[in-house]
Amino acid sequence: MQIGVTAAGKDLESVVDSRFGRCAYFLLVDTETQEYEAVNNPGSSAGGGAGIKAAQAFLKSGAKALITGQPGPNAFKVLAAGGVKIFQAPGGKVSEVLDLYKNGELKEITTPGGPNRGHGSR
Amino acid sequence: MIISVLSGKGGTGKTTVSVNLAISLAGKDEKVLLVDADVEEPNAGLYLKPMLEESLPVSIPVPKIDRDRCDYCGECANFCQFNALAVAEGAALIFPELCHGCGGCVLVCPKDAVQEDTREIGVVEKGWADSIKFWQGRLNIGEPFAVPVTRHLKSELANSKEHTIIIDSPAGVSCPVIEAVRDSDFALLVTEPTPFGRHDLEIALKMVEHLGIPHGVVINRAGEDNKIISELCQERNVPVLLEIEFSSRLASLGSTGVPFSKVLPEWQDKFFEMYQAVKEGCSCAS
Repeated sequence: MQIGVTAAGKDLESVVDSRFGRCAYFLLVDTETQEYEAVNNPGSSAGGGAGIKAAQAFLKSGAKALITGQPGPNAFKVLAAGGVKIFQAPGGKVSEVLDLYKNGELKEITTPGGPNRGHGSR
Repeated sequence: MIISVLSGKGGTGKTTVSVNLAISLAGKDEKVLLVDADVEEPNAGLYLKPMLEESLPVSIPVPKIDRDRCDYCGECANFCQFNALAVAEGAALIFPELCHGCGGCVLVCPKDAVQEDTREIGVVEKGWADSIKFWQGRLNIGEPFAVPVTRHLKSELANSKEHTIIIDSPAGVSCPVIEAVRDSDFALLVTEPTPFGRHDLEIALKMVEHLGIPHGVVINRAGEDNKIISELCQERNVPVLLEIEFSSRLASLGSTGVPFSKVLPEWQDKFFEMYQAVKEGCSCAS
């Protein structure tokens, strides 16, 4: 299955970006084959509503699970509407959190964080 | 004639100048309308203590989705530059606080599933402070977009042409300021003789030059350091129309909500003199 991780760089050795709406990339990883693809997050350059824009782009990717820091309330709503399960990353490299995920050690987030946690707050 | 009062830096004395100018004109039997266009925190009323007689709601259009027609194609969300819409399979979400009310989503929807609803974001209030006609806009707390309220305020100015209109603008040079000062006949730039005052005055000067509004400077809290402003004005060929000295008398009156020209009538003459100079320099002068 395909899972998305918010990342600062384009490969599995990049650090996880704890921000959702303003992360640089979504790394879309196939959990069986470890094949991955880096997708630009269009939310990173949004004037406002970055979380919504990022979530909309994430839905388009088709991945049904996401590992990130803590999405804000707007992004959470969109991701939830798209049926995406969200898991909280403790930080570290993408490859490390993927291992944690496979071992069932990541906590699922079921409530949104506070608004305007990113850099785009007006 | 429309005179807008603005500054780059906040707290330089825009409202002080607006209110005292209004009082001075009214004192000479001029018909005057003071418009507090600092809709995020209007405060001219604290000095003028007007009787507000009318309160008109200001609304902006927001989208509403007809669930029977929507097939979740996502065209609306794709179009929206402000990310006020998002579409998932079987769900269209609206984030009204991000909507600028452009109506584009209604136009691009291929199924006619997006309709226009309205949302109240503030009010325009009208009244009188003795013989001064007084209007102000108030943006509801938590609303991010001030411009629609300012625009509503200004849309009715055409009906007050017999008045000298003074617009008390917000600080800075952002969209709400541009909306407040555009189409003015003259801009009074209020500043203070500090490096910050000068820095932000330079930005405000660029803005009014760009908008093509004739302008002059008022130095508030004037004193020994005036050179920092007067040199800039000389360089840029901008007249300094009034200096309000830094004095504890004026400050203490201000701090108790008393416009100083009310108790110190010589200031009414100074403000009226400035008004005459403004009239000469303004774009409506023939």
